[in-house]
Amino acid sequence: MAGLATTFGSGAMTNSINEIENAQVILVIGSNTSEAHPQVARRMFTAMDRGARLIVIDPRRTLLARRADIHLAIRPGTDIPLLNAMMRVILDENLADDLFIEMRTENFYGLRDMLFRLDLEEAAGICGVDLARIRAAAQLYGRAQKAVICYCLGITQHVCGTSNVQSIANLAMMTGNVEKEDTGVDPLRGQNNVQGACDMGALPNVFPSYQQVDNDDYREKFERAWNVSLPPKPGLTLMQMTHGGKDGQLKAMFIMGENPVLSDPVISKVEETLDNLEFLLVADIFLTETARRAHVVLPAASFAEKTGTFTNSERRVQMVRQVIPPLGQSRTDADIIMDLSARLGYVMDYESPAEIMEEIAMLAPIYGGMHHDRLENSWGLQWPCWDREHDGTPFLHKYYFTRGRGRFVPAVHEPPAELPDDDYPFLLITGRIYHQYHTGTMSRHSPLLSREAGEALLQLHPEDGRRLGLRSGDMVRMRSRRGEVQVKAQLTETVKTGEVYTTFHFSEMPINLLTISAKDHFSQCPEYKVCAVHLEKV
Amino acid sequence: MHDILTTCVYCGCGCGVYLHEQRGRVVGSSPSRNHPVSRNNLCVKGWHLHEFIHHPSRLKEPLMRKNGRLTPVSWDEAMSYAARELGRVAGESNGSAVGLLSSAKCTNEENYLLQKLARAALHTNNIDHCARL
Repeated sequence: MAGLATTFGSGAMTNSINEIENAQVILVIGSNTSEAHPQVARRMFTAMDRGARLIVIDPRRTLLARRADIHLAIRPGTDIPLLNAMMRVILDENLADDLFIEMRTENFYGLRDMLFRLDLEEAAGICGVDLARIRAAAQLYGRAQKAVICYCLGITQHVCGTSNVQSIANLAMMTGNVEKEDTGVDPLRGQNNVQGACDMGALPNVFPSYQQVDNDDYREKFERAWNVSLPPKPGLTLMQMTHGGKDGQLKAMFIMGENPVLSDPVISKVEETLDNLEFLLVADIFLTETARRAHVVLPAASFAEKTGTFTNSERRVQMVRQVIPPLGQSRTDADIIMDLSARLGYVMDYESPAEIMEEIAMLAPIYGGMHHDRLENSWGLQWPCWDREHDGTPFLHKYYFTRGRGRFVPAVHEPPAELPDDDYPFLLITGRIYHQYHTGTMSRHSPLLSREAGEALLQLHPEDGRRLGLRSGDMVRMRSRRGEVQVKAQLTETVKTGEVYTTFHFSEMPINLLTISAKDHFSQCPEYKVCAVHLEKV
Repeated sequence: MHDILTTCVYCGCGCGVYLHEQRGRVVGSSPSRNHPVSRNNLCVKGWHLHEFIHHPSRLKEPLMRKNGRLTPVSWDEAMSYAARELGRVAGESNGSAVGLLSSAKCTNEENYLLQKLARAALHTNNIDHCARL
């Protein structure tokens, strides 16, 4: 999200999900949409029924890629040269929107100079894609009146994730595909409320509504509202916290509803960190791999047992309603936090979630008009929603960008931190599958979902399978420089030769023992999409 | 049987979904017909959204490590120990040795409270969640 924040000023989907079905060209890059965001994929299919053209950029031949007009099966981690090549073609063929560039953006010459130095043949070579196909994709996107770009973690989970995002933003701004309805740049958020957790300031550097903690004016505002003095220095990010190791800075942690032992890269390092804490407190609905290491585990209520709001990928804040009382002795996380806070000598006393939302509306400008009574009687409201009279914002950046002018930030290719070599000849990509979800805390407790997809599979090209003497169903020993797991092989032409794909949902096959801790310098997002592994038949 | 409209807890699409309640149990889920995202449609995870709620291995009581094992204790015992330890480490380090991970599964209100707890009560900005994963 840091990438969009620096170019547009706001790190969120610029469109609504429903606008996608009115687009003329849809460019999907680094997103397995039909498995990870089924409703968004549904809008894409509707758009295609109405005549829209689809471009998919993905190393794998996913379901969506099979239906695409153009599928560019790039080498993992080469998004920047590909996007730069597309932009160069757009420049060469006069498809850039000069008026938009002039009126709404800045630093275009920085980008243009970089593009003029680009060797198209060389860029296509780096990506492993035919230049003619790149040219066709650029022409298709460049000529569209309404074009949407959807991207996901295939873009951000690279060492150059932020630059990847900035390149996408460059492409959209250069063709004027941002400020209008049905046209924009849409990062698809992976979790039900990851957008909301960011909006609420569950981040080390910002208060709610992205107000920086090191800005004296913002800090003073919160100090006055909360009647307490606040620390001015931004805190540690997730990876800095969970990868501190034995000599880490942290001595105590409170983990609410997360499972870093399965979700974070280089699990052994996370375990070492957690095991060396003086105190670990975990609140969750199940005894997760993380909770097993805690000193105190608190039973939390599930989403069916509490009232509140979630913010979805299109910035829509909507109600979560209580259906049953908390099970057993479990309590809502809000109750747990308030109890803990009172015992720490700082009283937070709210009668209801609605009252908490009143305080959020007062302090977080983009949530200024979010009140439970308004959300109760509607399908939710999309931020920014400035006050009680405001109807919310279906698409962003109308008339001007959040940061004023959109900024072009040119980027050059940065290869992944670890590429295959003689000792570790295969490239491992990790991601999700349709029937399971994240570390499986919820989905693996669902009998039907586990029946459909109950174990981890390693997708492997049949040619590679033949070379290793593997058939579908055989066990493979997979090893990286960091760890080793055993996993069942599935031969499929979804992946290219030399590349393998698997998921991180299954604790029996903790793939993050193998993944690399290299991360984007700016957003600290780990490079889950590329690391080198060695395979052999068990 | 009651049907209560709520929001799905899996991916970022945010479908409107009805949970069916019968005698204190959530027994089914179905899509909202008019919701702008779900439009009478759910993915396989949405249709089986209710299944994990009453799973027998749900945590039902607070646990505390005693002699190396997690043992059931009262809320008061768990909370007073937790508050004492977090408060001690925060006090000794002026907040720098405490870290909090919030959750993309929790509500906005709960995320707001947790960052407020971190900043106002524990005096630290060491708070993050899994947005990057």
